[in-house]
Amino acid sequence: MSQRTPLAEWHENNRGRMVDFAGWSMPVQYSTIVSEHLGTRKGAGVFDVSHMGRVAIEGSQAAEWLESRLTRQVRDLPVGRARYTLITGVDGTVGKVQLDGTPVILDDALVTRLADKKNGTQRFILVVNASNRQRVVRWLEACLPPEGVTVNDITEESAMIAVQGPRVFGHKKDDAHEGPLRCVFEERILEQLAALPNYGALETQLGGERVLVSRTGYTGEDGVEIILEASQAQGVWQELVEEGGAIPCGLGSRDTLRLEAAMPLYGHELHEKTDPFSAGLGFAVNIDGRDFPGVEEIRTRRGESDRRRIGLVFESRRAARSGDQVMFSKNGMDFVCGEITSGSFSPTCERGIALAVVDRVVLEHECELEVLVRGVRLPVKIVSLPFYRRPRHD
Amino acid sequence: MENSRRYAKSHEWARLEDDGSVTVGISAYAVEALTDLVFMQLPDVGAIVTAGESFGEIESVKAVSDLYAPISGKVVAANTELPSQLETLGSDPYGSGWVIRVQPDSVEQLDSLMNQEAYDTLIGG
Repeated sequence: MSQRTPLAEWHENNRGRMVDFAGWSMPVQYSTIVSEHLGTRKGAGVFDVSHMGRVAIEGSQAAEWLESRLTRQVRDLPVGRARYTLITGVDGTVGKVQLDGTPVILDDALVTRLADKKNGTQRFILVVNASNRQRVVRWLEACLPPEGVTVNDITEESAMIAVQGPRVFGHKKDDAHEGPLRCVFEERILEQLAALPNYGALETQLGGERVLVSRTGYTGEDGVEIILEASQAQGVWQELVEEGGAIPCGLGSRDTLRLEAAMPLYGHELHEKTDPFSAGLGFAVNIDGRDFPGVEEIRTRRGESDRRRIGLVFESRRAARSGDQVMFSKNGMDFVCGEITSGSFSPTCERGIALAVVDRVVLEHECELEVLVRGVRLPVKIVSLPFYRRPRHD
Repeated sequence: MENSRRYAKSHEWARLEDDGSVTVGISAYAVEALTDLVFMQLPDVGAIVTAGESFGEIESVKAVSDLYAPISGKVVAANTELPSQLETLGSDPYGSGWVIRVQPDSVEQLDSLMNQEAYDTLIGG
């Protein structure tokens, strides 16, 4: 029996094609993936991302302790800012957590710092992948210090809604007043949201309840992600869709949008044993003077990783899929030089696109690459990432 | 009844034509379930297809699916306009959205396929 988000009933009543995803009943799509994708690129899409794990971390020493658990620095994270990070831990997922096992990457996550409490308690929200939530929470709980920090999984008592697309904030100062958020937030808050920088976050009130709004997303578009009380989710969703004109979007378009934006997905671009540097995630690890699980292993890889993440575009609409082999020919011989980590038809490019990890040497020799897709070799071109970058208007 | 459509469990339809060939397509239900079609691979004319085995592929944004031949025989025509107009599969799945025509080894094979009523029960259940 899948878990249900506070919006599951709305999805079912509105033609959501429900599937089990990481133990949750979630909509893949309501209409078509392509129309939801393009609707987000051109206007505003709204996504139920309540399946994502939300973990509250609090304590007088919370920043220092979190910094010892994450690959990014935390102590210098200002209040009201979010940061992308990896969570490292040790392998093994069942039974008692062994704190001295082999270091692995448990997940990627966004860590957001909220304002301290009056008594000096530091507060953070960690948003993790649904598929890794239990294991991350178990790991964090297992390595808690004797006092001073608490870890609280608030996933099931809360909801999370992403609102993404150029219509959310528009291009000019007051454009947000035309966007879907106007139907949820009063004018004063709307202006604060419009003033947020990328990866900024605002903790505010909505209908007497606390709500966290972040200028973050997983689509390559401007927009917000809202963490709110489960009881408020349906009302806010309906305001966004029915009054605000935002297009309900499922996990299908969420995946094609994030792929065009070349944003990583755990299980594809990164997994337990991924070298962050060859996965293009060097920016997500701060290793100088740091001490987190696996820092030594990651440190030894810096500068010597022999693989690279690249973007590939196909000539046809046909798409490669995760695990397909990347090849090149030389002197009549075929060589496998890498593999696809994510691939799909791209609604924006109107052809197949893929992220791949390949041996660095093939990039230095400008080899003509091909991908073996279901027994057929398809020519590909290497392109700079991301595949899609939103137009800038400033 | 002889000229009405028959269906495979894998959602292809087959229809016996007056000239003894069998037209093969994809049911409206399957097209609706696939959604977001982006690519189709057809066999060449002259290819031999075998009932229950793959004769082509259809790809949506989410996944690739095999097309299974509902009947064995030789491909005598393929709807080559279809791959560039995949929307026809949804708008006219039993007419201009046909996929291939097969000269069947044995017309009797059609009898092992579902009639409309049986197929409606399958997709309704």
